[in-house]
Amino acid sequence: MKVQRRTVLKGLLAASAAVAAPPFLRAQAAPFKIGLLTVKTGPLAQGGNQMEQGILTFLTEKNKTLAGRAIELIVADTGGNPAGAKTKASELIERDKVNVILGPLAAFELLAITDYVRDNATPLISIAAAEDVTQRKANPFVIRPSATSAQCCHAMGDFASKELKFKRAATISEDFAFGYEQMAGFQRVFEDNGGKVVKKLWPPFVTPDYTPYIAQISNVDCVFNGFAGSNPVKFMRAYADLGVKDKIPLLAGWTAMDDALLKSLGDEAVGVISAAWYSSEANTPSNKRFVEGMQKAYGVLPGGYSAGMYVAGQCVEAAIQILGGKADDRKALAEALHKVSLTDTPRGPVKFDQYGNVVGDVFIRKCEKKDGKLVNTVIKTYPNVSQFWSYDEKAFLGNPVYSRDYPPAKNLE
Amino acid sequence: MSARGPRFFAIGVAIAILLTLPLWIANSYYVNIASQILLWAVAALALNVLVGYGGLVSLGHAALFGAAGYTAALLLKAGHGHLVADLAAIGFTLFVSAIFAILSLRSTGIAFLMITLALGQILWGIAYRWVSLTQGDNGVNVTTRPRFFGISLATADAFYYAVLIVFALAVISMAIFVRSPFGASLRGTRDQARRMNALGYNVWLIRFLAFLFSGFWTGIAGLLFVYYNQFISPQVMALQTSAEILLMVISGGTATLLGPIAGAAIVVVMKNVASAYIERWNLVLGVIFVLIISFMPDGLIPGTARIWRSGWQTLRARAARGVRVS
Amino acid sequence: MSLWLTLAVNSIALGGLLFLLSAGFSLIFGLMRIPNLMHGSFFMLGAYFGVSFLQQGVNFWLAALLSGVAMALIGGLIERFLLKRLSGQELPQVLLTLGLSFIIADLCLMIWTGDPWQPATPPQLRGAVQVAGLFFPIYRLAIVAVAVVVALALWLMIDWTRLGAKIRAGVDDAPIARMVGIHVSKLFTLIFALGAGLAAFGGVMGAPYLSVYPGLDAEMLPLALIVVILGGTGSLVGAFVGSFVIGFLYNFGQAMFPDLAYVILFLPMVLVLVLRPQGLFGKVMS
Repeated sequence: MKVQRRTVLKGLLAASAAVAAPPFLRAQAAPFKIGLLTVKTGPLAQGGNQMEQGILTFLTEKNKTLAGRAIELIVADTGGNPAGAKTKASELIERDKVNVILGPLAAFELLAITDYVRDNATPLISIAAAEDVTQRKANPFVIRPSATSAQCCHAMGDFASKELKFKRAATISEDFAFGYEQMAGFQRVFEDNGGKVVKKLWPPFVTPDYTPYIAQISNVDCVFNGFAGSNPVKFMRAYADLGVKDKIPLLAGWTAMDDALLKSLGDEAVGVISAAWYSSEANTPSNKRFVEGMQKAYGVLPGGYSAGMYVAGQCVEAAIQILGGKADDRKALAEALHKVSLTDTPRGPVKFDQYGNVVGDVFIRKCEKKDGKLVNTVIKTYPNVSQFWSYDEKAFLGNPVYSRDYPPAKNLE
Repeated sequence: MSARGPRFFAIGVAIAILLTLPLWIANSYYVNIASQILLWAVAALALNVLVGYGGLVSLGHAALFGAAGYTAALLLKAGHGHLVADLAAIGFTLFVSAIFAILSLRSTGIAFLMITLALGQILWGIAYRWVSLTQGDNGVNVTTRPRFFGISLATADAFYYAVLIVFALAVISMAIFVRSPFGASLRGTRDQARRMNALGYNVWLIRFLAFLFSGFWTGIAGLLFVYYNQFISPQVMALQTSAEILLMVISGGTATLLGPIAGAAIVVVMKNVASAYIERWNLVLGVIFVLIISFMPDGLIPGTARIWRSGWQTLRARAARGVRVS
Repeated sequence: MSLWLTLAVNSIALGGLLFLLSAGFSLIFGLMRIPNLMHGSFFMLGAYFGVSFLQQGVNFWLAALLSGVAMALIGGLIERFLLKRLSGQELPQVLLTLGLSFIIADLCLMIWTGDPWQPATPPQLRGAVQVAGLFFPIYRLAIVAVAVVVALALWLMIDWTRLGAKIRAGVDDAPIARMVGIHVSKLFTLIFALGAGLAAFGGVMGAPYLSVYPGLDAEMLPLALIVVILGGTGSLVGAFVGSFVIGFLYNFGQAMFPDLAYVILFLPMVLVLVLRPQGLFGKVMS
């Protein structure tokens, strides 16, 4: 409460200062430009459209004015590939001279532009999960209010071993970095708690039929999947159709069981337990406004991609509040973004560690059918989860980044 | 007739525009777009050697493009200098081109297209899966651009001029190639393979050398790409890239010098510039291709030239009639 | 071992689906020599049509048929008004079909959004067969049955009807066929429509199993190419056998050689093209 009033006061002060000083007013007259780096064409457009809806919902709610500054949103479509991300980032930075970039969607897009945004001193609020961008190769211009790949998976590993008492697990995820990092996080915590990951399967990103992989799963207590995009839909149907679901419970990362995906899923998703940093069920005031806004404008239940951009918008607002008239200084903005601390966002309280990654709640949800509709009911909340989980930060960073081979899977059978 | 006059004039204007481009487009973003057009034009010119003059439609050139890019990126990452990395990249690309050629040149036509497609997909698969070497999907970053006679290519303008020089060399080498006996014999293998054989030409060898020539310039374009983006990942080797380069060649006009350049400009501008204004740019790009093919089946440049000529002739005919009447 | 049994049965099931996908491609490719690079788009668009019909409460099989008919009409129009003028010109055909595939992909994104759709399995075919430790969804077996029926129908048509005789004549030698008075032009429109319709029908059949999403077109096209290359162009038997060979290669390859997952289908394609460019069952191409 106190914090909120203070920020409001600050905003008022900034506004009155603006009225008092004419030259300052001129500086304020130029809109604050937000560039959205998203995907609107091609196979990744699903998440990309949701990102755009999320930030639009936020800006509509705020009447396109954040902390007294008029906002101009510039949307750029990367097409979902690294070269496109690079070109579009340069369009936003060099041509449109945006103050801050939101996005991009995919890890490989983020990795293609992190050096570039640092060299051009433009702050970026990422939704892509690539671990090292906020770890060993932390970039002072990047913050991530969503989560690293493994952030929720650590919690899932804990929940699976401690609460569900599973001993033997198999993992399955796409054969790319987001998959490796998710599975590594799960495996590490699960095995540190005494469990064993006995099988790790890596189907290619493009896999018409998951049966050859699912058929290899047997003699485990649970399967943890980290699929993304439209793959979870296909995977879960096959998992259920092949009768494995009735025998072996399915666990999921956030992209595999995102709330926005529920409308594409059927009975095969009932009972799946997932770990996510956002739940559309969350009972915060801003989440209610957000879910309502999304329902009204687009008729959809929002998921992580939309929520991530809504929270990113809140971070921008808070940073402008901190800086007042100096918000056009991009370096100062990057520093201010790191200092942002929010009590009310759709995902709960948000603050950042020194590497720019969020410390926030992680929800364990169970998919249920209520009134004929699928919902992810929250069954446990892990508060204030850091990207390092409960591990020592130094030791964590001293290890190699999570990958297909790290931590080594010693219990494979 | 002095048909050469206007042509030399046009070439002169084009050179003047290209040389002064960064001066009048002050924004580095647009200079970068120009660099991209030129580097993709090099790739399209390279593919045109096979498609246009050899009648061999390859859908695997993205793999050659990527092979050069990856070799350079990985060697640079391992600490080697630019010269070593670039030479090795070209060497490796030629090696891969030779393998592609040996396997694919057993056939022509659609079978050639399919086999190059399959080979390209295999290389893409390797780049994707051999994570310990290529870092898979994460790609490889290239931290520095080379210096060119002591001039840093870090800025957009400097890099543009470097690309322009390479582009000019590519265009000149293509022009020489087209006029050379080698170019003529390649066209011969395209139009009359059996007769060429009967005349004692080694059709296979001619095609093989053409493949290497094409691979060489594709590799150069791949190098430019990796230096431009300072990043490479498997996406660039995907079938879609091969298809895009092929679309540039066909839409601009095969077996012409200007066609692939115009095609590259269309695709790059649609993808990168028009996409900022038109949300459904993919659709528009598709429509452009369909329109080009409906009205100018031989491509934009030959089609425009034809319309231009026929327009000119109608005008002249009219003028001539006018004279007669008076 | 239930793993191997499941893989074997699934190979056959996938083969059935691949046949539905590639039979039309094989006809078009074999008869018209058109590298139809929008065949994956036909499959995807058909699947989306099916999704929309199903949402209107149309019966599953009727939805599959309707979407096949709709796609056949569209395919026929494309052939009649766009492709016909380019007959024999491979490169313009490549450009046109790729250009149209861009348009179809973007239209689908516009109309059906980027969200994946997965129609429910038709009620009669839910559930699974359980034999000797094997647990296998009935629906996938039904696809095989449908594929066999389609294959038989096509075979009957090609081997026993006048139309089929014309098609065979066209495949063997189009100029001669034209000389003996076969309306090759009408035949081509018909074949193209049939191929497009078959792809769309396959798309709806595959939808409860593969789901429908942007990018499905680009996933399916290479599969159709591989099947046809392996089986041989213009050979229905080739496409049929090729589909099941690929079904087995895919299933056992993914399970046994995960490191080769990306190339498992393209390696045999290269081998076949190098050693036997006409495919396993194809005739020598001119």
